[in-house]
Amino acid sequence: MLSIALRKKRDGFALDVAFNAPTPGIVALFGRSGCGKSTTIDLIAGLLAPDEGHATLDDITLFDTRTGAHVPAEQRRIGYVFQDSRLFPHLKVESNLRYGQTRARGVEERIGFDEVVALLGLHTLLARRTHQLSGGERQRVALGRALLSQPRLLLLDEPLASIDAARRDEVLPYLEALRDRLSIPMIFVSHQFEEVLRLATHVVLLDGGRVAAQGSTSAVSLRPELRAIVGPDAVGAVLEGTIASVDEARRLAELKLGNGTLRISARDVRVGMSVRVQLLARDVILATEPPHAISVRNAIQGVVADVTDDDNDAKLVRVDIGGGFVLSRVTTAAVEALRLTRGSSVWVLIKAVSMRGHTFTGPARSPES
Amino acid sequence: MLSAAESQALWLSLEVASRSVLWSLPLAVLVAWVLTRARFPGRTLFDAFVHLPLVLPPVAIGYVLLLLFGTRGPIGRWLLETFGIELAFSKSGAALATAVMTFPLMVRAIRIALENVDRGLEAAARTLGAGPLDRFLTITLPLMFPGILAGAVTAFSAGLGEFGAVITFVSNIPGETRTLPLALYTAIQSPNGEAMAARLAVMSFALGLVGLLVAEAFARRMRRSLGR
Repeated sequence: MLSIALRKKRDGFALDVAFNAPTPGIVALFGRSGCGKSTTIDLIAGLLAPDEGHATLDDITLFDTRTGAHVPAEQRRIGYVFQDSRLFPHLKVESNLRYGQTRARGVEERIGFDEVVALLGLHTLLARRTHQLSGGERQRVALGRALLSQPRLLLLDEPLASIDAARRDEVLPYLEALRDRLSIPMIFVSHQFEEVLRLATHVVLLDGGRVAAQGSTSAVSLRPELRAIVGPDAVGAVLEGTIASVDEARRLAELKLGNGTLRISARDVRVGMSVRVQLLARDVILATEPPHAISVRNAIQGVVADVTDDDNDAKLVRVDIGGGFVLSRVTTAAVEALRLTRGSSVWVLIKAVSMRGHTFTGPARSPES
Repeated sequence: MLSAAESQALWLSLEVASRSVLWSLPLAVLVAWVLTRARFPGRTLFDAFVHLPLVLPPVAIGYVLLLLFGTRGPIGRWLLETFGIELAFSKSGAALATAVMTFPLMVRAIRIALENVDRGLEAAARTLGAGPLDRFLTITLPLMFPGILAGAVTAFSAGLGEFGAVITFVSNIPGETRTLPLALYTAIQSPNGEAMAARLAVMSFALGLVGLLVAEAFARRMRRSLGR
């Protein structure tokens, strides 16, 4: 269990953040820029001092202003991957990687040099100087350096922000591999919901220095506070299901989800694998009768849980599909015509192409594949 | 090509300048660090004090040194009685006078280098388990190295030519304190010394030029290796 409570006033900005998250797991601090995400992890790392608060990780207290307990940053064993890598320019890649490792002597080594090099694909980079690396390579080295310091907790400050979108896939799979293979708790800061969707097990939504919502990724995806941050078009329920069958030729897979099955387009999945999908509210259609003779292949039966205002002419309908909820954006006129209210029985229709699956906490995959 | 007196002056200058640089370098790093990083009352005054030799007449500095470090001065007497070290009218005294005069030059160069060290890198080292001294030695100091080297070479070159403070504090003793500029001055003063004065002047020019070029080359090479 990771338990954080922090208050800090700085430059006219007041941060007041508290959250608890299960360990091991990946906590996403999600919010717009300037909401206090980076300040929060700087406080946890010990690079800033809080006015008030505490941070405990399992049975270890990092600091607690009530008791005066305080572990200096250099003894906290918290790995920090900075947005701008911060590789040491006077050292080669290998010496950068070893910097934290040599200072963690006496600590039980949970991950070794060769393992990190293999996991992050760093073999060809070891003898290079840091200024010869691309953005993605720099972040992989920074990640490896932090891991080798044998951290109890890993902090990642927008690790993908300094990399152009096309190159993000150079790093994201490595982060997924870390999550699935090592059991190091992580907190990562992001303003891209895509990253949260792929990585996080627990989401803390920050707005103006305060926690707007927190909970599992699925739970937070249903929260109305998210809309203001991601925008109306990106609102959509996150669901986790299991792959029931795979059609290799058509790159389609059947995903068992609540009351029904969804056909999703997905690559590199196997039967039994756990997959997380986001169903965007604007792509989900509701019907009050079982559909037939339409091209949409995915239909799951469910019950309306509630109807809330989305904007002037649309409402957000939350549907219980058994073991999970789906959000659907429906025009006010349609809600009235279909008489959708709490308890209405509906069919949820989703086009297969409108989903992208992400394997999640699945069996280990080799990062090179 | 050089007379015995000339090469003696040349070697003495090199020795005095080297000793002055070696003694003052650690202190210059410390003072640069204090002026850049520490916040304390009277910092501005301390900054001005460090830079005084740049604006004071060198003779005045030599005089102050004579008062403090002369055999009857408070520090000079203590050094003589405790360690048997005599600074006045000795090679060591010449090195001290040179060190004081070139100190601001060295501090300035080191300070600029320290200001250019990205403090984010020190924070990164901290999260990797490095304590304050460890961070300074493994991150800050290596990153400042080009500045330290440039500062040392500049101070060395300037030290070769230090005149006023040296002649005031340790006088003009052949083989002991008669460095290049002092020998040059002596040659000019003597009736048949013109040829010698000319050779010594050319030598001073050449040494100064080489020093500045070496300093620049070091700085450039280090910048390149750091990828800046």
